Amino acid sequence: MQVDEATVQRIARLARIKVTAEEAKALEKELSGILNWVEQLDEVDTSAVEPMTRVVPVALPKRTDEVTDGDIPDQVTKNAPQTEDHFFVVPKVVE
Amino acid sequence: MTDLTTLTLAEALDGLKKKSFTATELTEAFIRAIETGNGALNAYVLPTPEHALAQAKISDERLAKDDPRPLEGIPLGHKDLFCTNGVRTTACSRILGNFVPTYESSVGANLWNAGAVMLGKLNNDEFAMGSSNETSAFGPVVSPWRRKGKDGQLTDAKLVPGGSSGGSSAAVAASLCLGATATDTGGSIRQPAALTGTVGIKPTYGRCSRWGIVAFASSLDQAGPIAKTVEDAALMLGAMAGYDPKDSTCVDTPVPDYAAQMREGVKGLRVGVPKEYRVEGMSKEIEALWQQGIQWLRDAGASIHEISLPHTKYALPAYYIVAPAEASSNLARYDGVRYGLRVPGKDVVDMYSQTRAAGFGKEVRRRVLIGTYVLSAGYYDAYYLKAQKVRTLIKRDFDEAWNTVDVVLTPTTPSPAFAFGEKTGDPLAMYLEDIFTVTVNMAGLPGMSVPAGLSSEGTPLGLQFIGRPFDEGTLFRAGKVIEDAAGRFAPPQAWWHSASTGR
Repeated sequence: MQVDEATVQRIARLARIKVTAEEAKALEKELSGILNWVEQLDEVDTSAVEPMTRVVPVALPKRTDEVTDGDIPDQVTKNAPQTEDHFFVVPKVVE
Repeated sequence: MTDLTTLTLAEALDGLKKKSFTATELTEAFIRAIETGNGALNAYVLPTPEHALAQAKISDERLAKDDPRPLEGIPLGHKDLFCTNGVRTTACSRILGNFVPTYESSVGANLWNAGAVMLGKLNNDEFAMGSSNETSAFGPVVSPWRRKGKDGQLTDAKLVPGGSSGGSSAAVAASLCLGATATDTGGSIRQPAALTGTVGIKPTYGRCSRWGIVAFASSLDQAGPIAKTVEDAALMLGAMAGYDPKDSTCVDTPVPDYAAQMREGVKGLRVGVPKEYRVEGMSKEIEALWQQGIQWLRDAGASIHEISLPHTKYALPAYYIVAPAEASSNLARYDGVRYGLRVPGKDVVDMYSQTRAAGFGKEVRRRVLIGTYVLSAGYYDAYYLKAQKVRTLIKRDFDEAWNTVDVVLTPTTPSPAFAFGEKTGDPLAMYLEDIFTVTVNMAGLPGMSVPAGLSSEGTPLGLQFIGRPFDEGTLFRAGKVIEDAAGRFAPPQAWWHSASTGR
């Protein structure tokens, strides 16, 4: 799989990571190298194999659907770069 | 009084109980060792001496009342991937620069509730992504070990302590703590343990709670200890492990007395040696070490059996799909809104993109991009689903093996410790460091590295044991046999302590 510069920029947009043209050039080579290397998995016949989910078969634990936590807005917003009255502040999203 | 920092964890517990010294004296000895030694090693990114002394004081009160908890007064280092209530936690990334959690990880809480003392937060590769501790935003950790030159003298070349738990392995090897917490996604406990002459165990997936640990790849991450001896690792894991309803993948099964299991010996134990681990490019001395390990186990009454794990070679490429895919999803939370770094942008998407470009280091960006690619529309089946199916086959290989053997013996790493910069140019060369350890994460099994000898350069080499799910006890039994035969390994010179304060 050959990754070109346009693909790098498309992935970078999806990943929300700004990539300069210079970085994109280097990433083209690195990502292509890694993706070519993982292609060896194509040798393995997995047509009749289920994907792995758990190490030992354990049912997902369940609990009663009730509130067990909360009322800690100070703690929740404590580390935020910008807050107002326990709200996270972000640049304007809707015009 | 002898230097308290050179004790093992078990010896320190004994000394505290006999009142040969107090928890405060023990903690102070380590605080001094960190003050004089950490400058050269960079193992701690945040020493917390006041916090440690406050915990030690409580331990002394409990010890005075003859009411000690299992790890009462034992000073430990804590990997900076574990959230600590009121103490900065960064995963050694710029993006979490000043993050101060308002909660404690479950594994951390288990240790402090068992009486352990936190000396500080330990360096690691950024978000635990690396095998040399060179990707940390706080700069690399220097191994306390040095290579011997041709003349037999130690050289000045800085060696890596392995990664991602490089702060943990270096701090334990340099006696800057009695033991350390660590995490392992593809080898991050066992590889640094092997490179520093320490013992490291990654327990079965689900043995330790992942709650409150900064997530890298959720289906692979596990916490475990790095310690000076097999017994110390057994004591630490016993305190760290246990069911936690806050992690739905944590398994509700009793935690046995690992230190007692360790003493059971290996008479009659069936040890498997997988032929697929004789990889191309494996150094001669690693091969010799492996044979030596086989002989030691045989001498102790175990039987050796060649086994086949045919899908071994596919573990690493499958890992480099699964781990980045899960990382790209886990690291989506670092958006500059709820915590950590924010770089302003012209709109909200620009703010996200600028923040993540500035906050993530090169290796983390690379992995998030790979992960985003393999999960992007149209590629999910070809990459992630394919890799998860290969995982089933890797696990099946082991399921087969358990019909004829009880434990598997392999080398931990393909080569001894390397110098700074030696493998940073080529991501694939660095990824190969994990070739023997990564299968264990993919299959979710417990794995342990035990120091077994020195390379021709005078640096440590490790052997790895792989066990059945939730059978860590057998790893401690087998590990103890290697330790008893090989002896313990400490750096030949404590060169890292600054001359001004001496030692």
